[in-house]
Amino acid sequence: MNWKTLFALLSRDGHVARRNLVFTLVQNLLQPLLLTFVFGRILTSSGMMSTAYKNVLLPGIIGTSMVMSGVWAVAMPLIAEFQWTKEIEDRLLAPIEIGWLAVEKVIAGMIQALVAGLVVIPSAWLVMGSGVNISFQSPFLFLLICFLVALFAAAGGLALGCSIGQAQVGLMFSLVIAPMIMFGCAYYPWAALKNFPGLQYAVLINPLVYASEGLRGALVPGIPHISLLAVVGALVLINVILLAVGMKQFYAKSIG
Amino acid sequence: MGIGIRIEDLRKVYDSPPPAAARTGFGMAQPRGGPKEKKKFQVVALDGISLEIHAGELFGLLGPNGAGKSTTIGILTTRIRPTSGRAFIGEHDAWQEQVAAKRLIGVVPQRPNLDFALTAREILVFHGAYFGQSAKVRQAKADELLERFKLTERADQMVRGFSGGMMQRLSIARAMMHDPEVLFLDEPSAGLDPQTRLLLWDLVKDYNRQGKTIVLTTHYMEEADSLCNRLAIIDHGRIISQGTPAELKSSIPGGYLLRTKFSGVPEPLLAGLRALPGVTEVRASDGIGADIYADRGGPLIPAIVSAAQSAGAELCDVHIQEPSLETLFLHHTGRSLRD
Repeated sequence: MNWKTLFALLSRDGHVARRNLVFTLVQNLLQPLLLTFVFGRILTSSGMMSTAYKNVLLPGIIGTSMVMSGVWAVAMPLIAEFQWTKEIEDRLLAPIEIGWLAVEKVIAGMIQALVAGLVVIPSAWLVMGSGVNISFQSPFLFLLICFLVALFAAAGGLALGCSIGQAQVGLMFSLVIAPMIMFGCAYYPWAALKNFPGLQYAVLINPLVYASEGLRGALVPGIPHISLLAVVGALVLINVILLAVGMKQFYAKSIG
Repeated sequence: MGIGIRIEDLRKVYDSPPPAAARTGFGMAQPRGGPKEKKKFQVVALDGISLEIHAGELFGLLGPNGAGKSTTIGILTTRIRPTSGRAFIGEHDAWQEQVAAKRLIGVVPQRPNLDFALTAREILVFHGAYFGQSAKVRQAKADELLERFKLTERADQMVRGFSGGMMQRLSIARAMMHDPEVLFLDEPSAGLDPQTRLLLWDLVKDYNRQGKTIVLTTHYMEEADSLCNRLAIIDHGRIISQGTPAELKSSIPGGYLLRTKFSGVPEPLLAGLRALPGVTEVRASDGIGADIYADRGGPLIPAIVSAAQSAGAELCDVHIQEPSLETLFLHHTGRSLRD
């Protein structure tokens, strides 16, 4: 294993991410924060929603922000670099097994997802104002779930980025990302779907459900949520599948 | 010591779906009734190529577009999986021992594939880092290459705005950054102005003088002729001929080629042409043309005219080609390299 090369590949992605830092943060976090302001501030302070809703919303916002940042950070550059310019070729020729380049992309995506989570927690909290009651009583559980969510985001980005072309990016957004967010239990707990039994079980194929519910379980244990054991199990399974698909697609894209 | 290259019976078959036009278009009858048979569409890019490139050699792969040159380079540079056969960089199998092979090679692709997220200097420095160079070494090497390739002024700009020639120079600088033993250049002078092309030739020759092996593909005859120590001529995935440019040219029967057109080419005319002094071979083409290989060019024309008259035909056009690789290619394939 060639650590020097892996580290150089990571520092290249870090360098590019730092150069686009402000732009990337605005792109990934502006929308969740505006949403936080509308639902977590305007609707709650006007009395149309109870203050307790803030606690339901915050973990969901953290989850969606992490997932969006991670998916975007891995998928978009891959889509561009595998286009006809083949910008990625130089890195495919670096003296390391090409599978490690995919691993490197996943690591870089995880870091970006975690940074997004780190930024969005205090900012969303600030935007919501008073009345937020989250606990960090089980930090390891919280970190474990953050790690699994970040891995899901990055592995999902790898699988998507190596499966679609530039022309389908818009379609990916409206066909995959938007329904995933709306039915990802980010803005309501999974238990709230009990009046829609078919839907309640259908959404279980949506990985974001486990991200939102897991973060909710870790940060606001008082709100009813899917068992954390099931959440961890589901996220591990999803991550394994996405990584396998992502690696396979990556090889298919990079070898002629 | 230098590193040589060995290719053994290399084949590459691409499986790609037929273009939409071919599926429903002319000539492709759809099978009627019975279970639908899915026919695999296959393109044979390499059809059993074997060759040896010696250490320190400047070797050229010459052939028309689609002949299999880029596929050969792709396999040698670990980027394409061969269907069968083996390719070695030095002692290392390019497919089985990719990392070891990648350490030995530098690649200049047909289309510049520069990292658009970086500046020119960063492209070189990060490339050095991928190959494990220390910060000090890669900075110094990048500065030196930027200077040599006349890119210092634009070194800290993003490469998106670079001209084609600048991108090409930067691609070559990048390929040389880790001082590879073997340098591959795929169509290096396509689309370059004559001045940049000469600069490129000098740089390539300089690198070769340091004992490095260089493999380049081209469909420019002059480039192959003046630059390469040895050549392989490829067409339809096969090697037609290989040797030094001089050997190849002297292997053409007669040397000169007169491409002629007549009002018609009856058999007596062909026989008459074959009987002319100095003519070694005559081939009819397209019903009105004849390719005449001979040891002389212009001086043969009066004889051709009278041979045509006595066969009742009229000479309409004649084009004389001096001994060249182009003539050689034509002799072997019946087609011009530029066709």
